[in-house]
Amino acid sequence: MAATDISLAQRGHATVQIFQRRRMISFGLLLAVLAYLTYVFFAFNVPGLVERARMDNAAILVRDVYSYKTHVTRDNRTGGLSVAIEGEQKGTYPKGMLPDWVKTADDITDIALPDGHSVRFAPEAVVYAHPSFGQITVIPSRSGIELRLPQGQDLPAWINASKTRVAITTDAGRLTVTKARTEVFRYAFGWELFFFTLDSPFYGKSATELLGLALSGDQLRPGQSNLAAMAQDIWTNKMWRHGDVAWAIFETILMAFLGTMGAALISLPLAFLAAANFAPLSSVRFAMRRIFDFVRGVDGLIWTIILSRAFGPGPMTGALAILITDTGSFGKMFSEALENVDDKQIEGVASTGAKTSQRYRFGVIPQITPVLLSQVLYYLESNTRSATVIGAITGGGIGLLLTQAIITQKDWEEVGYYITLVILMVMAMDSLSGWLRNKLIKGE
Amino acid sequence: MTDATANAGALSQLQAHYIQHIQRKRLYSAIMLTIFVLLMVSGFMLADARNAGGFWAGLHQIFDFPGEVLTEAGEKLANLPGLMVKFLPSLIETLNIAGASTLIGAMIAIVLSLLSTRGLARWPRLVGVFRRCMDIMRALPEIVIALVLIFILGGGPVPAMIAIAFHTAGALGKLFSEVNENASLKPVEGLQSVGATWGQRMLLGVLPQVAPNYLSYALLRFEINIRASAILGFVGSGGIGYDLKNAFSWGLGRYDEVAAIFIILFLTIVAVDQGSSYFRNRIVEGR
Repeated sequence: MAATDISLAQRGHATVQIFQRRRMISFGLLLAVLAYLTYVFFAFNVPGLVERARMDNAAILVRDVYSYKTHVTRDNRTGGLSVAIEGEQKGTYPKGMLPDWVKTADDITDIALPDGHSVRFAPEAVVYAHPSFGQITVIPSRSGIELRLPQGQDLPAWINASKTRVAITTDAGRLTVTKARTEVFRYAFGWELFFFTLDSPFYGKSATELLGLALSGDQLRPGQSNLAAMAQDIWTNKMWRHGDVAWAIFETILMAFLGTMGAALISLPLAFLAAANFAPLSSVRFAMRRIFDFVRGVDGLIWTIILSRAFGPGPMTGALAILITDTGSFGKMFSEALENVDDKQIEGVASTGAKTSQRYRFGVIPQITPVLLSQVLYYLESNTRSATVIGAITGGGIGLLLTQAIITQKDWEEVGYYITLVILMVMAMDSLSGWLRNKLIKGE
Repeated sequence: MTDATANAGALSQLQAHYIQHIQRKRLYSAIMLTIFVLLMVSGFMLADARNAGGFWAGLHQIFDFPGEVLTEAGEKLANLPGLMVKFLPSLIETLNIAGASTLIGAMIAIVLSLLSTRGLARWPRLVGVFRRCMDIMRALPEIVIALVLIFILGGGPVPAMIAIAFHTAGALGKLFSEVNENASLKPVEGLQSVGATWGQRMLLGVLPQVAPNYLSYALLRFEINIRASAILGFVGSGGIGYDLKNAFSWGLGRYDEVAAIFIILFLTIVAVDQGSSYFRNRIVEGR
């Protein structure tokens, strides 16, 4: 009885010790992680980064993604007026066509902004009518810009005035006046001109009107059915370039497809040379393995650089970069799969008097096909993402469009559009590869 | 006698069916193979046509650039060790980006995966929502987030770290939730019966079971993230990739630097590759 008690107490003690040791280990691990993250925090100079961060850029970015702005610009020297979406040439309203919130009569232009704000361009002065603040008059002249506030009002924070430039920024819009020109930004929700640009006869029509036009016989553009004309206008939309974007997406998928399949085709025969149970010579096997390791070790980035020197920018370069990198990975995986092949099936096929090629065809290939296919399909999906990244470096596909749009630093709505498309593309490839895997491996 | 003829009839019918079946299968295989070959050939020709330089024209130039680099590196062989030391800080930065993003991503992934595993989820109705979130995080290429963040935060390692961590959280979250599905629920139920909160149940009931698998996946991800962080450096967010881009766009005259960077990047990747596969094997074998 006493002996059991002691041993029980001992055991209890030992258990507590184990627990304590484990707790110490987990605690130590946690501390190590924390210490590392603290080190990285200072190594990356995060405190300095917080100061440098351009939150105004972030605000511009977010605002631009979900809204667009229309610029109404008057040249103060010639008096010429232009209205352009995002201030771009391809979004400029043609002569004689104005949005309904801009009214012109003689030399006077009235611009209605949301929430009761309005701006009037008169020949001598610009008047910003604020519903609660009052009328703000700005007079550009050769000597400078004069600002006249309503009686008894002080200069508010949302007006930025100097001798050469006056800027009024409210929630309704923005007015800037310089000697050379007067400009109003009017913000609106959505992605403008997404389907039809201003020069298209279908611009500004509602969905029901478009449906009616599509079904009706009278052609807005002679010699072309309305439906075809609409499709053409959308496809060649200069603002959003739907045609180019579709090509870019296709190019990206093409890169991934060619690269993955090419790598699989090349590495399959090589894998036989690297598998212990098939390689004729162990020196060949060793060499083959080192080649696979080398190809995998040289990063995709380096291959991309080397190849883009030889082939120039484009989808072929991207496809080859994926092909070479993945040949290494596939070679390693396939040779491992081959080493795990069951010999019984091969012997069974051999016992019927099959030749070597037949032994491989009926004894080996059926065994490794499921492994191969599932790996290849998995890589196809993951390479769609890599192709976007490689495209950004080599200059092909949606990756290129995306980096170009980001570099301009103002087309954030296009960036948002491309990101959405990339996510949809990768998800679609994910489901396609999953579907094919089920179909091909688990039977029709 | 009649039996035998009936049998023979059934047999020949069976045979006919079998042959028909095989023929149909072969036909399908042949059709699929044809489609595949057609896709490959036409895809190749299309990609070739849309490429700036043609495939056949470029094929013999493929060794020109490595040749130039090697010749210059050969001429300045004495510089190489010094250059490798010079680029060591950048390499460490690249490794730090990968390490920190793997750690942060894995922590987010643990939470996300627990929230999106049936039977463990804190809010069972939101399982689908968290899964979709992970799908989107996984689908987004790192470069996209990095470039957008560079616009806001300026160049440097932090945009790359956030971008990779974001992607890692999605990718590891999916793998982790597959691991969680195989975890035994008994400890969880035991803890629940004594009134443990959700956090305690996960921390004490689930994590000890799944930790080795988590660790193995996280190591694999670390390997992938080193490559990703080198690539992100190339588009302007610090580390060895940035130096590589500078040396590379300078062109002839600084190819010794290119060679030095190639060598240390290659050695690092191989070393991490070997190390992580060694540790993963040990973890799987259970020490």
